[in-house]
Amino acid sequence: MLRVEGLHSGYGRIEALHGIDIDVREGEIVTLVGANGAGKTTLLMTICGNPRASAGRVILAGEDITALPTHQIARRGLAHSPEGRRIFPRMSVLENLRMGASIVDDRHFKDDLDRVLELFPRLGERLEQRGGTLSGGEQQMLAIGRALMSRPRLLLLDEPSLGLAPLVVRQIFDIISTINREQGVTVLLVEQNAFHALSLAHRAHVMVTGRIALSGSGAELLNNPEIRAHYLDGGAGGAEDPNL
Amino acid sequence: MEDSSPPLIRSAALAALLAALLALPLLGVRLVDSANGLSLSGRPELVAWAAGGVFCGRLIIDLFRRWIRDFSIRLPVPPPPPEWTRFGVGWALALFALVLPFLPFADRNLVDKATMVLIYIMLGWGLNIVVGLAGLLDLGFVAFYAVGAYSYALLSMTFGLSFWVCLPLAGLFAAAFGLALGFPVLRLRGDYLAIVTLGFGEIIRIVLQNWQDLTGGPIGISGIERPSLFGLSFKAVPPEGQTGFAEFFGLNYSADHRVIFLYFLILALALATNLFTLRIRRLPVGRAWEALREDEIACRSLGINPTTIKLSAFALGAMFAGFAGSFFATRQGFISPESFTFIESAMILAIVVLGGMGSQIGIVLAALLLVGLPEWFRDLQMYRMLAFGAAMVLIMLWKPSGLLSSRSPTIRLGGRA
Ligand SMILES: Nc1ncnc2c1ncn2[C@@H]1O[C@H](COP(=O)(O)OP(=O)(O)OP(=O)(O)O)[C@@H](O)[C@H]1O
Ligand SMILES: [Mg+2]
Repeated sequence: MLRVEGLHSGYGRIEALHGIDIDVREGEIVTLVGANGAGKTTLLMTICGNPRASAGRVILAGEDITALPTHQIARRGLAHSPEGRRIFPRMSVLENLRMGASIVDDRHFKDDLDRVLELFPRLGERLEQRGGTLSGGEQQMLAIGRALMSRPRLLLLDEPSLGLAPLVVRQIFDIISTINREQGVTVLLVEQNAFHALSLAHRAHVMVTGRIALSGSGAELLNNPEIRAHYLDGGAGGAEDPNL
Repeated sequence: MEDSSPPLIRSAALAALLAALLALPLLGVRLVDSANGLSLSGRPELVAWAAGGVFCGRLIIDLFRRWIRDFSIRLPVPPPPPEWTRFGVGWALALFALVLPFLPFADRNLVDKATMVLIYIMLGWGLNIVVGLAGLLDLGFVAFYAVGAYSYALLSMTFGLSFWVCLPLAGLFAAAFGLALGFPVLRLRGDYLAIVTLGFGEIIRIVLQNWQDLTGGPIGISGIERPSLFGLSFKAVPPEGQTGFAEFFGLNYSADHRVIFLYFLILALALATNLFTLRIRRLPVGRAWEALREDEIACRSLGINPTTIKLSAFALGAMFAGFAGSFFATRQGFISPESFTFIESAMILAIVVLGGMGSQIGIVLAALLLVGLPEWFRDLQMYRMLAFGAAMVLIMLWKPSGLLSSRSPTIRLGGRA
């Protein structure tokens, strides 16, 4: 579904990605974990064409999308829920969802809306409320819901659990796995909350300063002692080991 | 509570100090032309007055604010007005505008002033598309107004085209200039955009001023053709082959007819602008404007092309300014670059911002306050601008986010709550 080959990218003269290879197969959930500043957000953004890759290729469903502008990429069935949610704060929940369906034929709007509201009943109770006045968790639901409104085949999620209470985090992860299972949406998930994200994932990669350091199935990485030490047991010791 | 009076005095004293510092060069010294050349003389009493006035004003405002606060704690917060009030106010205003020229107290002077206010309302509504909806800060909006005015004047003088043919053309020209401005500034936002648009406005004005052959330079263009109503002329002596308006309807000729006709013309143009905006807000383009104002990165990732959306906002906003410009030209019969200075842009922007950025009725109120009020106080002559400044300060104090800053959603689901 998505293949990234030897991807280099960065901001100005600073290179943040030094040759990334990953592969996301149809129907999978693939998780990326990594320390702050490892380049996870940069990777998702580069896949979406902003910033542009300086070398390497991004292939979506057989088509090379490396050089396409961001909005064209979005029109090819790839939805990106960017870091920090980025909902439209002054617009209502319903308007936010409507914006998500910008590239979809109006005929589908009603059905798609029902589908999303079924996943997120709390949004259904707040359709008229302004996006900016939603709680953090509700905003995250809105961000995911909005991305789903574009009928994606591949969904890129950047830290959906950021700043949420444990209970809401659970909810969000349950929904991600529902989307994947029942709607057949392939998911590439970036997470700090490694335990949940790895339990959910079919496969996972660990990113360290712009490179993929470790790959494996979700369960493998979950049981890997190094991963446990750095990302799961309170993260103690992470700073000492330069490789992780 | 007991420790709150020193800050009160302190903030007033600080404000007074600031006022004194500002007043010192502005009011405090004066050039005197005496026998032995120019000399400076001081006017400390004026500085003292300014500082004293600001001190008292600040104190009163703070006390008033505190009083309001204490007061509002006891009062329950009023619920926001229901949707229909906004709707109702809009219709009531439109209706009032329709009958205004026929009301007993409406003399020629009043209708003339109302026409002036309506021009600014229309300009405000046009700029609102760019600034209020799309969130692109444009300080050179007057350029498109000028393009519209000169387009009409030149087309009508050179090719003898009528107002009704020129009107759409002027709008098109202005929209083309909107695109011309839009392309180079696509990547700019906020401050940078403001500076470039400011420069653009000045460029247009300076070109008009210096392209003598075409625009007549600083002298401007006079004798611009007045509009007619379906071929009915408003002149005392209609030109050859035309019927006069008064003659056609069996009225006695009166110069008032034209004033009233012009009033209705701009009213129709302004209402058309308003209807257009209200309608387009509910269409994908309009909604994309607002989304773009909120978050450009999110828009891109939803498959929206910011380029086309921004350009459409610039072009459509400019088009309405172009319409207003050609109306201005036909109303005045005379235009010169002097009518299109930066002050006009600032005025239109002030109307949009004080109106509440995006609110259509807010713009009407702000235009009434900022254009209507000073016109009203014309008798006060030099205190007129004081009224303008006072109105502005009062709005900022009372409603820091504009007169009407709530926005109504562009879609609703019937029945689903
Ligand atoms: N706009 C930018 N300009 C310059 N450098 C940037 C920019 N955005 C990110 N960087 C740098 O690129 C590197 C990778 O950042 P990135 O945001 O991709 O990290 P991340 O893995 O998503 O981290 P986190 O988990 O904290 O979100 C960092 O060193 C960061 O400082
Ligand atoms: Mg990140």
